[in-house]
Amino acid sequence: MNPGRCAACRYLRRKCPPDCIFSPHFPPNAPRKFVSVHRIYGASNVAKLLQQLPPHLRAEAAESLCLEAQYRIENPVYGCVGLVSLLQQQIHDAEKQLAKIRAEIAVLKSQAQQPQAAPQENLLDIGSNLSFSNHQASYGFM
Amino acid sequence: MRSQEPRSTSSCAACKLLKRRCGPNCIFAPYFRSDEPKKFAKVHKVFGASNVSKILIEVPEEQREDTVNSLAYEAEVRLQDPVYGCIGAIALLQRKMVELQHDLTLARARLALYAGTYSAGIGYTESDRFSMAALGEFPVACGGIMNSFSQTSYQVNQDAHLYDFTQIPYI
Repeated sequence: MNPGRCAACRYLRRKCPPDCIFSPHFPPNAPRKFVSVHRIYGASNVAKLLQQLPPHLRAEAAESLCLEAQYRIENPVYGCVGLVSLLQQQIHDAEKQLAKIRAEIAVLKSQAQQPQAAPQENLLDIGSNLSFSNHQASYGFM
Repeated sequence: MRSQEPRSTSSCAACKLLKRRCGPNCIFAPYFRSDEPKKFAKVHKVFGASNVSKILIEVPEEQREDTVNSLAYEAEVRLQDPVYGCIGAIALLQRKMVELQHDLTLARARLALYAGTYSAGIGYTESDRFSMAALGEFPVACGGIMNSFSQTSYQVNQDAHLYDFTQIPYI
């Protein structure tokens, strides 16, 4: 028995070659990770997927596959797509709420600007009163 | 003279791809019609027919269509983004949600400022109260499990064009 086998090769009960595609990403101390990806994707599909990627991206790919596999095991119907739907709905609701608040701010802002027009009207009123009272005065002192 | 039995032309897309007889109890037939060959091809490429079959068997029949649709979506996204798949899409959406929460907080503060400053003679309307109260608690779905991808979400953001969020069938 080779104690240095990765989790994948242990699970698959095979020799772990030096260039094993799984061993950098499925270490022997984390056997569950490989069990879940194997259950959902199968070893062959995972190997093909990792092999087509450049080496520096394989770790991220393995992690994302593990996460998706976990989601699918916990929720066989929707997997992680359920979370995508939920987030979309939340974003939709938040955008709607934001639009509503911005509309209310616009209304309050426009209402706040209206009183600035009032003083000009008052001046006009005063002006017309003055001419009237002057006129009255001219009549009054006749 | 050999009797010519009519050949069945009703093989589902799965059995056509797998080159096998499509029996009356084929688990794939209701969900992978023969006129949608790409759907099964993508699911098979990512998950494998055997794994899809096992997943379908373990869910109730009335939920199998949703299961197939979610598998098809997941496979599509994984093929478009072999590194991050749906996890990348989730990271992007979470990032957007965080930005929206920030915008909502700012907007709420501005509304309070305007409402407070200019409310003399202008009472709160019912809708104002609703806006202030129902604002914003939008806890981002499943924030904790995505922490490991927080550093990569910036790089993922560059690939936003890969994710067509309009195709999700569940909303």
